[in-house]
Amino acid sequence: MAPVSSRTLRLTSPATLLTYAAMLAAASIMLGPLVVMLVTSLKPDTLQIVQDLGGVAAFIPGPVSLENYKRVLADQQMPFLRFLVNTLVVVVSIVGLGIIVNSMAAYCLARRRFRGRDLLLAVIIALIIVPVESLAVPLLMMVNHLGWMDSYHVQIVPFIAHPFSIFLFYQYFAKLPKDLDEAAAMDGASVWRIYWSIIMPLSAPVIATVAILQGLEFWSAYLWPLMVTRGVEFRPLSVGVAQFFGQEPRQWGEVMAFANMASLPVIIAYLTFQRWFIQSVVGSAVKG
Amino acid sequence: MTDPSHPPQPTAAGGRSASPGITTTGTTTSRRANRRTVALMLTPALLLLALFLVLPFLLSIGLSVTNYNLLNRRAVTLFVGLANYASILEDERFWQAAWNTARFALVTVPVQSALALLLAVLVNSGLPGRNLFRGVYFLPTVLSMAVVSVIWAGLLRAPQGVLNALVGTLSGGVLGPYDWLGDETLAMPTIIVLSVWQGVGFQMVIYLAGLQSINAELYEAARIDGASRFQQFLHITLPSLRNTHVFVVLATTVLAFKLFGQVDVLTQGGPLDSTNTLVRYLFNSGFREHRVGFASAASVLFFLLVLGITLVQRALVREDREI
Repeated sequence: MAPVSSRTLRLTSPATLLTYAAMLAAASIMLGPLVVMLVTSLKPDTLQIVQDLGGVAAFIPGPVSLENYKRVLADQQMPFLRFLVNTLVVVVSIVGLGIIVNSMAAYCLARRRFRGRDLLLAVIIALIIVPVESLAVPLLMMVNHLGWMDSYHVQIVPFIAHPFSIFLFYQYFAKLPKDLDEAAAMDGASVWRIYWSIIMPLSAPVIATVAILQGLEFWSAYLWPLMVTRGVEFRPLSVGVAQFFGQEPRQWGEVMAFANMASLPVIIAYLTFQRWFIQSVVGSAVKG
Repeated sequence: MTDPSHPPQPTAAGGRSASPGITTTGTTTSRRANRRTVALMLTPALLLLALFLVLPFLLSIGLSVTNYNLLNRRAVTLFVGLANYASILEDERFWQAAWNTARFALVTVPVQSALALLLAVLVNSGLPGRNLFRGVYFLPTVLSMAVVSVIWAGLLRAPQGVLNALVGTLSGGVLGPYDWLGDETLAMPTIIVLSVWQGVGFQMVIYLAGLQSINAELYEAARIDGASRFQQFLHITLPSLRNTHVFVVLATTVLAFKLFGQVDVLTQGGPLDSTNTLVRYLFNSGFREHRVGFASAASVLFFLLVLGITLVQRALVREDREI
């Protein structure tokens, strides 16, 4: 009983109230801009929106209307749904293929012995720090020669193999008990079988971590798609939202509706799998 | 099951008999099959890494000593030695971009890390509702930087904008209005603010994990000794988080040096180049101006810079650990 009473005491203590005040203040700073986005996107009157964005009225909902959303979805020049599908195709492909390709390599590095293994592992870990930004120009030249511009694969293929994902898989696989595959090998299981039927089914946490980290990275990718997509056909949401925003005259209601719709898929994913998202961030930090 | 009359052949399969029990139980043929499978499983990742990471990396070094230009591909590409590097280092815009990037990192890294730690301490207080707050603080990190930039553009309108109204009201009308993105001295601080807003939740989660791994008995002992909360924070929390600090600072620094998206959407590097960054500099020369050779040299310099920062920080950490 003692902990309960001390807790009820603590709930009204000045320190507790101060903590709550600080947490609430921080929460309103984090949510404020999102509230403005949502509220503005639901206001039908363009003039009213411009006026409201000049002050605190931007936080106060007016008459609710989906007019802005309808206009965004009807825009043929800037097809929101097309951008969304493009992003989903790219992200799902990178994550899906990435899980297979990177875990296969990590499995071999962590659980098999072969000549040059340690060197290979060291090279892959060293590659983690190579920033994609420093490769963008030569990579652009390469894909240009290959005739890959304006396609899905130009946004997918170069990013499937991911040194950091290999490293995360490696770290996880290395910690799994060795007798797992030894027992399976005794029973005559092949390398592939051990990987696919024993190791992978035990690896849900690291698969989730890798999927979320790589997924978020390429959901937000901006520089590369800006360079390799020229029309709307293969352009992802991140570049699409920036271009929609760049149109003159700027219709703030529609811009915010576009931004809101562009955030919704990932916000819904986050709210649904919040624990996994947080776990994956923690996982990314537990380095060697 | 193993045939004793067939000892592992030292030449082909059994040469590296240091292999674990897994392979020694199989027959020579299945061992060979296993090795083939291992090679096959490694191939996709290694091939892709070689083609899209190592090759472009080597290409950027190779191209950086040429005058290769994407626009007139039929023109002869010449070896120009270190001329590209020389003209980059003589380019005032490069130094401006480097300074802006460094300035961004120098402010963002300590501010964002400190705020992240503060939020983590608040959320770690054990009060009801803490998970809700944690969820809220992390929320902006899942949004793409392009979306974040667009939302903030709505707040940053000048002279009549949401932020100006808030600043004006809070200061009793003394401060503002400011031209957040149009003023040469304000544009970079404004970019810093929205970048911290977007990214702080990430570091908070890492700090939170660090806080939760600190031994509670340490606090217990300190309390018995009569240490105040602030003293506990100073003498237990901060030192116990050393590894977390290292990771957070390292990761945030490297991220800060990649600054591009928010600048491209909000200021296009302006006003007067005050928010131009290194990544934007190499994007402009390589993509907009098609000067591949020149941009490759800039890419190599950018890579060396990131590498240098990483190595210096690692060296500092190593020294710290030895003490």
